[in-house]
Amino acid sequence: MIEVTALTKRYGSLTVLDGVDFAVQAGEIAAVVGPSGAGKSTLARCINLLEKPTSGSILVDGKDLTSLSRRELRSARRAIGTVFQSAGLLQRLTAAENVELPMRYVGISHGERVTRVRQLLERVGMLHRANHYPSQLSGGQQQRIGLARGLALKPSVLLADEPTSGLDPQTTSSILRLLAELRDELRVAVVLITHEMDVVRNVADSVARLHEGRIIERGTVAEVVRSSDSELARALLPLPPGPAPQHESEVWQLRYERPDVDPSWLTSIARELDTDISVLAGLIETIDDGGTAGRVTVRIERPLEDAEVRAAFASRGIHAKQQATGRAEQLEPQEPHRTLVRSAA
Amino acid sequence: MILATATPWSGVSSLLLPALGQTAAMVGIVMCIVVTLGLPLGLLIFNTSPRGLTPHTTVHASVSWIANLGRSLPFLVLMATVIPFTQLVVNTTIGIKAAIIPMSLAGIPFFARLVENAVREIPRTRLDVGIASGASVLQVIRTIQLTEALPGIVAGLSLNVIAMIEYSAIAGAIGAGGLGYLAVNYGYEQFDSHIMISCIVVLVLIVQIVQFGGDRIVRSLTH
Repeated sequence: MIEVTALTKRYGSLTVLDGVDFAVQAGEIAAVVGPSGAGKSTLARCINLLEKPTSGSILVDGKDLTSLSRRELRSARRAIGTVFQSAGLLQRLTAAENVELPMRYVGISHGERVTRVRQLLERVGMLHRANHYPSQLSGGQQQRIGLARGLALKPSVLLADEPTSGLDPQTTSSILRLLAELRDELRVAVVLITHEMDVVRNVADSVARLHEGRIIERGTVAEVVRSSDSELARALLPLPPGPAPQHESEVWQLRYERPDVDPSWLTSIARELDTDISVLAGLIETIDDGGTAGRVTVRIERPLEDAEVRAAFASRGIHAKQQATGRAEQLEPQEPHRTLVRSAA
Repeated sequence: MILATATPWSGVSSLLLPALGQTAAMVGIVMCIVVTLGLPLGLLIFNTSPRGLTPHTTVHASVSWIANLGRSLPFLVLMATVIPFTQLVVNTTIGIKAAIIPMSLAGIPFFARLVENAVREIPRTRLDVGIASGASVLQVIRTIQLTEALPGIVAGLSLNVIAMIEYSAIAGAIGAGGLGYLAVNYGYEQFDSHIMISCIVVLVLIVQIVQFGGDRIVRSLTH
């Protein structure tokens, strides 16, 4: 497992990471998300100690990597495997040689290297491409080799820095499936750095949002999407844009709070409240814990007490909130237009 | 009148072949020195830079400055400037031995820059792979920097060989022998058009062969 405590990185007066804390257990995939410039890549480079943190500690299997000498660090680094963005394979080495490279650095015998390379390539489904050069492989195949190389020294932590960037959705999900399988089989702690929310939803156990060098939100993916309307929750489970509401007082935004929401809620609530309910937009997905998560925008066609509507949804495990007023006015062009005329006069 | 003084075509080869041998010897010796010293120098310049394995501003700035110094002088000026040094090292200021010193001094920084550029072309993630897997500095240089940059370094090598052929011709001015000397002394000063034409043809052919051969090797090294 890996435990990062109060990790801070400054370049001169610029603070890129500001007291970052998080821990990842063996067999867990922890995603770190955030916009570009939030400090994600610096965090990645600090975790595998390509950059020396200004302060703070990084404990891997109980050993603080930041306090080691250069030599000790070399061997300690081997506990952290790295999967780089767009694989970072050496172009002049074959797939097998790429996987073998870290083992050559630590002086593993030739015989053992050959056996282990074979096992790893087989595990990532790339044995038939062992003697191909990276340029002869697709992006997804290259990333599989990258994964095998990251695992070459049997690390207890796997750092995956944007491992699916630039891959098409199908390849992305096959790489993520592989990552999840490896997590379960090898019980590695995976730190997954990404800006793709689909990736987090599909594979991560927990998620932390990095913003301007601080982690400002965190939790398991299920917790975050079911229990809040925070920015992270909305990014993880975005509501597709629906038609512009006409009578907005009757438009409600729903969020599944429980993993076992009965999918027949629409008809059962319509019957209970004796009204028609129109679905304007919605996204309902099965997430990693097997339960569902969803966001739906509906219009209640008959004027009703707010409390009554909220209670009806709440009893089915759905959080209901009336759509914020004022949004439609902002979209209305007349208001600023009038102001303009007035100020001209 | 001009044609009358020309060496008969049948006699050209007896002058041309020794000159060709001298050029080859000069360029060959110089290239050995250039690679031996220029390669480490190029790696030093890169690895002391902010992107290198052991960034060091002062070392980088001074090494870089010295390399630029060697490249900033026109070869003829450099050759004249270093005459006392040449005298000191090889104990003569004329002939092949004397030409080797200024040629090396011009070639080393040139090659160092070509090496540095070739290594710099490698994307950062590929350079990081070694460090992140626990390699030592020397292991990273050997297994990643030199290996990945090899096509670029070979391309630089053929560029360098061609530059050295050119310099060897200029070095003909201090009596270094070789094709340049032959062209200037026989072809130019004695209006020997046969020698002149032969020298030009041979030089053009050598340069073409070096470039073509270099490109072939680069292609075979690139996957």
